[in-house]
Amino acid sequence: MLLGRELALSWGRGGGPLLALAFYAATATLLPLATGPEPARLAALAPGSAWLALALASLLSLERLFERDFEDGALDLLALGPAPLELAALAKCLAHWITAGAPLALAAPIVAIALGASPTLAPMIALTALIGGISFSFCGGVGAALSLGSRRGGVLIAVIVLPLFAPPVIFGAGAIDAYGAGLDWKTGLMLLSAFSLACLGLGPFAMAAACRNALS
Amino acid sequence: MMIRLDIEDLSVARGDRILFRKFGLSLAAGEAAALTGRNGAGKTSLLRAIAGLIRPLEGRIHFQAENGALPPEDARSRELHLIGHQDGLKAGRTAWDELKFQVAWTGGGPGAAEAACERLDLKRLRGLEVRKLSAGQRRRLALARLVASPRRLWLLDEPLAPLDAGRRAAFGELMKAHLDGGGMILAAVHDPLPIAASAIELTA
Repeated sequence: MLLGRELALSWGRGGGPLLALAFYAATATLLPLATGPEPARLAALAPGSAWLALALASLLSLERLFERDFEDGALDLLALGPAPLELAALAKCLAHWITAGAPLALAAPIVAIALGASPTLAPMIALTALIGGISFSFCGGVGAALSLGSRRGGVLIAVIVLPLFAPPVIFGAGAIDAYGAGLDWKTGLMLLSAFSLACLGLGPFAMAAACRNALS
Repeated sequence: MMIRLDIEDLSVARGDRILFRKFGLSLAAGEAAALTGRNGAGKTSLLRAIAGLIRPLEGRIHFQAENGALPPEDARSRELHLIGHQDGLKAGRTAWDELKFQVAWTGGGPGAAEAACERLDLKRLRGLEVRKLSAGQRRRLALARLVASPRRLWLLDEPLAPLDAGRRAAFGELMKAHLDGGGMILAAVHDPLPIAASAIELTA
């Protein structure tokens, strides 16, 4: 029930997934302009920068995850519902992942290939982006909840969350590189999954605590 | 089912400022209390403390069921409604979508939202986006969940402020019906409530 509402809300939230996708495409387009268009150089950068742009694009839609509910009083209502706030936070982040993380993960291989990555990498890029997206949503949610009530919330989220995005970026981009070089890529993928699972498991508790703190 | 609310020696602070000290209140099934006090006296904070959204400095908030003490978590998740200044409605969604969610979330049955629409005369507004509603219409939409999902204790923060005279009387009827059914109402108000209620003044 809550998930359905959140899906509907984030679909309509400022253009929803389309905005994140457009931002993603724009960041990726800027890259060759900044580094120079030599195919060899771009191809080396492609998987990694596709990941970096992915992290930034998912950050963009996180800002309003709790902020709107906090401002219009819906968070009070969520706190007084039958389900604990932890579950509500879980539903919110899950909805964010479905509406922002998943479409971005599907776009990630396209962006990487457009930048010159080998098409054989595509499934790996999509897979890591899909798994990494979970950690972006849940880690980012903690940042969004912590910055509730502060005036420049968006910037604050970025400062809190971007360092926490380091592990998934390292593991994810590392796994893709290893896969491309024919090395052992499973370790990177496992570490990425482990990090995402940890975010999924611990994030909701942190988010609920931060929301309660913001309400009181 | 909650049958009694007891508050003893409650002190609440916002930041460094203590709003009120050693506040006490008892409300039994079928009773209503009108909470008055100057602006900033802590009426809203008291209601939010009872709802568990604010942690009080000291004191006890005790919910009583027929068969003994009711754990505060259960009371707050199943037995009380809080209607605050903000209605918790999303501007971009239709009135009906929001009402359906609020009712379902607070535990009302499937037909309940429909019936509440009828009671509060909201039928014509159902398809409108919340952003297009007036303050009074929004408030009525928020009040609809009181009727649709039965919870014993209503905590109302200036519930009548945006309503016109006719709607105030109509809401008075709803409050009366709630009290007759064994409900409890604690309302922060500046104007008198349209029902019989004990008056409690909140002073520092």
